[in-house]
Amino acid sequence: MLADKDRIFTNLYGFQDWGLKAAQARGDWDDTKALIGRGQDAIIDEMKASGLRGRGGAGFPTGLKWSFMPKESKDGRPSFLVINADESEPGSCKDREIIRHDPHKLIEGALVAGFAMRARAAYIYIRGEYIREAETLQAAIDEAYDAGLIGKNASGSGYDFDVFLHRGAGAYICGEETAMIESLEGKKGQPRLKPPFPAGAGLYGCPTTVNNVESIAVVPTILRRGASWFAGFGRENNAGTKLFQISGHVEKPCVVEEAMSIPFRELIEKHCGGIRGGWDNLLAVIPGGSSVPLVPAEQIMDCPMDFDGLKELGSGLGTAAVIVMDKSTDIVRAISRISYFYKHESCGQCTPCREGTGWMWRVMERLRTGDAAIEEIDMLQQVTKQVEGHTICALGDAAAWPIQGLIRHFRPELERRIEEHNTKFAEAAE
Amino acid sequence: MPKVTVDGQEIEVPDGATVLQACELAGKEIPRFCYHERLSIAGNCRMCLVEVKPGPPKPQASCALPAADGQEIRTDSQMVKTAREGVMEFLLINHPLDCPICDQGGECDLQDQAVAYGRGGSRYHENKRAVTEKYMGPLIKTIMTRCIHCTRCVRFSEEIAGVDEIGALYRGEDMQITTYLEHAAKHELSANVIDLCPVGALTSRPYAFEARPWELKKTLSIDVSDAVGANIRLDSRGREVMRALPRINDDVNEEWLSDKGRYMVDGLTRRRLDRVWIRKGGKLQPAGWEDAFKAIAKAKAGNSVAAIAGDLVDCETMFAAKKLLGALGSDLLEGRQTGLDYPTDNLAAVNFNSTLAGIETADAILVVGSHVRWEAALVNVRLRKAVKRGAKIFLVGPRWETTYPAEFLGDDVSVLGDLPSEVAELFEKAERPAVIVGAGGLAAGAFQDALALAQGWSREGWNGFNVLHTSASRMGGLMLGYAQKGGIADVVKAEPKVVLALGADEVDWSAFGKSLKVYIGHHGDKGAHAADIILPAASYAEKDGTYVNTEGRVQFAEKAVFAPGDAREDWTILRALADALGVEVGFDSFAELQAAMIAEVPALGVEGLADIMGLSGGKLPKAKAAKVKGAISYPIRDFYLTNSIARASAVMQRCSAELLHGEEILEAAE
Repeated sequence: MLADKDRIFTNLYGFQDWGLKAAQARGDWDDTKALIGRGQDAIIDEMKASGLRGRGGAGFPTGLKWSFMPKESKDGRPSFLVINADESEPGSCKDREIIRHDPHKLIEGALVAGFAMRARAAYIYIRGEYIREAETLQAAIDEAYDAGLIGKNASGSGYDFDVFLHRGAGAYICGEETAMIESLEGKKGQPRLKPPFPAGAGLYGCPTTVNNVESIAVVPTILRRGASWFAGFGRENNAGTKLFQISGHVEKPCVVEEAMSIPFRELIEKHCGGIRGGWDNLLAVIPGGSSVPLVPAEQIMDCPMDFDGLKELGSGLGTAAVIVMDKSTDIVRAISRISYFYKHESCGQCTPCREGTGWMWRVMERLRTGDAAIEEIDMLQQVTKQVEGHTICALGDAAAWPIQGLIRHFRPELERRIEEHNTKFAEAAE
Repeated sequence: MPKVTVDGQEIEVPDGATVLQACELAGKEIPRFCYHERLSIAGNCRMCLVEVKPGPPKPQASCALPAADGQEIRTDSQMVKTAREGVMEFLLINHPLDCPICDQGGECDLQDQAVAYGRGGSRYHENKRAVTEKYMGPLIKTIMTRCIHCTRCVRFSEEIAGVDEIGALYRGEDMQITTYLEHAAKHELSANVIDLCPVGALTSRPYAFEARPWELKKTLSIDVSDAVGANIRLDSRGREVMRALPRINDDVNEEWLSDKGRYMVDGLTRRRLDRVWIRKGGKLQPAGWEDAFKAIAKAKAGNSVAAIAGDLVDCETMFAAKKLLGALGSDLLEGRQTGLDYPTDNLAAVNFNSTLAGIETADAILVVGSHVRWEAALVNVRLRKAVKRGAKIFLVGPRWETTYPAEFLGDDVSVLGDLPSEVAELFEKAERPAVIVGAGGLAAGAFQDALALAQGWSREGWNGFNVLHTSASRMGGLMLGYAQKGGIADVVKAEPKVVLALGADEVDWSAFGKSLKVYIGHHGDKGAHAADIILPAASYAEKDGTYVNTEGRVQFAEKAVFAPGDAREDWTILRALADALGVEVGFDSFAELQAAMIAEVPALGVEGLADIMGLSGGKLPKAKAAKVKGAISYPIRDFYLTNSIARASAVMQRCSAELLHGEEILEAAE
């Protein structure tokens, strides 16, 4: 279990004030000038050495991502940092805790990360529904400006850096990095084609890096305590601490900072008071937010909760939003609801996702009641394969995976419902 | 030059090419819906998926993927086949099965590609989506249930037309293409989205349920609604032209056509002159050809004959009239009906010298007295492209809504002699500065001042002086000598006994009170109203003919249908008139006429850009700066009603009423 002294987010639960004074008492903004004084390359190297992988879901090494940014502007274009606070993945609620209880960690991280990638400014794109959070964050930004921590000559470092807060309008797809850039530019939030990648031409055509809130907020602490400290947690290639968000059928759902690679059983026992009704009552777990395939109980129980461990199970860590489902769950209905979510949130730009998500949801709804033919399970599987990997962004994949996970692990349940339904109607017809 | 392998065939592709282009170079057909050569890449239909190594183990959208050295592209693998079938299935699940009543049927990309790349049957058992129709104006009919969301129409409006008229609402499967608040699309190129639409979502409203593509005869023709000379195809059935569609010609119209050129064709069957008329006792009475010829001979005009060419006539007609007048001993020829009198002794000085395609490369453009959107909508597209490349555009004349950033310098032509210093400096520094003089500028007498400016900014290997004409017959007429030194005023002064009006509808005929006015034309319009004798002739769709556009491009139009009733092709009327007047014109057939014309003006015998510069002694005349003053006004008051065919067209009348005067009508109704 992660020791208290090793926690990065020391005010995760809001027991203390979020304001600047309290944040400084917790160690934020402590000689930020010295952090910046290390120089851009040193910071990026330190981040690479720390092994931090993006906390937004894809798990791309953060330091490496920053190193793609141009070292100098050849044509006068500035660079930008965009911070993804459009946390809309069902199950995820970690960025919200950071923003409302520890916003200065994020703002300081924005300055340091922005400096490291030579960005002129950071745009924080916050989910529209986070109204109080946006207010807190804006107040924190104002505090930081007033204290001279950001803005001209930020923290006395001689570096000019602005932080802007932008509120979304309630579209899940704007959490996709290029759709977020489009939305920031005032356009319809639809993902862009890649290439060009944002590091080459992103926001307003300028080099841009999009990072998750958690990835940015941990940066100052990593730099202060050293890459080796951070890399000391978790298995190889899955370093660091991570905010886990456990929801569903556990005794005490919570958001908790833990070391990566903590076994699932330990995570649940230590922080959530165990599964509702005991471990025998566990049905399945969606370990990384709604877009990753579910994992049945017997496979997840002793699995290390990290990128590679869950990948081996055919799932993923995603945002570490662990959705626990016990045996009282109508698993087909649960997945069908997720399908509806993706149908509702598809941007409609490209064909497979626009048409496929609706089709998949409608078939799922029939499978829920069993009003289908056995062959339709295979057809549904094929349709998910026709969507997966054929779209511009990953929303198509995200819509396909939960269903694939369901078919992979719960096909007998699907068949049972169909048979039951058909028998009932056959009897009624006689 | 990257080298790629397409299905085992190694080819070299140009730098910057996409994988799709590479496949096409290798002769492979790649199905597509959203991709269009002239629009930006959207990559959203996902139909063009191919397998590319190296790369992720999934199919890639070839339209958006740059071709890179050493790529191994497969268009025939199982993965590609499955991917295409999958995407096609998705496109079809919500597409209605209404092909039998769809106007796109027979020329539908979705239909064709579904046959070629789709699977045999449907596995979709849910309800299909239905979308309400959107109002897009009098030209575009929408059946939005058929829409496959390729966004070609959106991109055309934004990128080519330069107006934010069409866009998408909502998201996911609820996404809908519509105009803003369902206002009518008002841009003068709006109907091009009908051609762009790969399915039957946007179809032609006037042509709705009129014909099927396979029952139409297709004739290559030239648009005469303006001086651009857009290449068109006339689709006709029986004796009726059903529709006009643009042909691809990168030098002229790319693949666009103005709404007027496209939709004035219904005017070809309305208000037609289909018999001979003679004015008796102040009223026009039906008559026969013999009576008419006798009446003309009775005037005993001798050499007191003039010919005035209208805006729509072809070179052959003008040449035949010229021969006739020559045989009678007259050279009173004029085509500038509204009284323009710019010098025409040097053809290069009245030509669009930069060429239509070339103006795109200009980096500073001064437009003098031209409402380019209305006078030449397709040139406006070129100007927009120039601006996108970084050109700066300045205009002299009353304000109109440009589709690109541009600065108006004032209404008065005197600004030419006194350009703001920063503007003058910009042109001094420009590598390819251009001046475009429009009809409004010519009417205000700005010709010499504009020429002087252009000569002050002359550059090696670049001719930046351009005159933008407004009528299809103008350049041909000038090449054939249809110009008097003092313009039409000279003709009036000469008081000819007989005036041959070759479809001339814009002339102020009250000035010719004493003359016998013989109208040879096809529509009962202003010219016919004023005429003493009407000889019914053929429109551009009903005769072969040569046209020269404003850049001096010689183009040939073919006869699509027969003229109605007693109407004859113009040259035969003039040939018969020669007999009636007892003179010899030297041709008995169209071929002989053409040969005589080419013998006299060889440039008219070669299709393509004529060497106007060479014909004019290799250089522009020395400008005599005149420092004229006076406000510019544009000649076109109503884009949709500029010629007799358009004025007769019900569609054009409706466009004019709704799109240009809609607000006035609404106010009046209150």
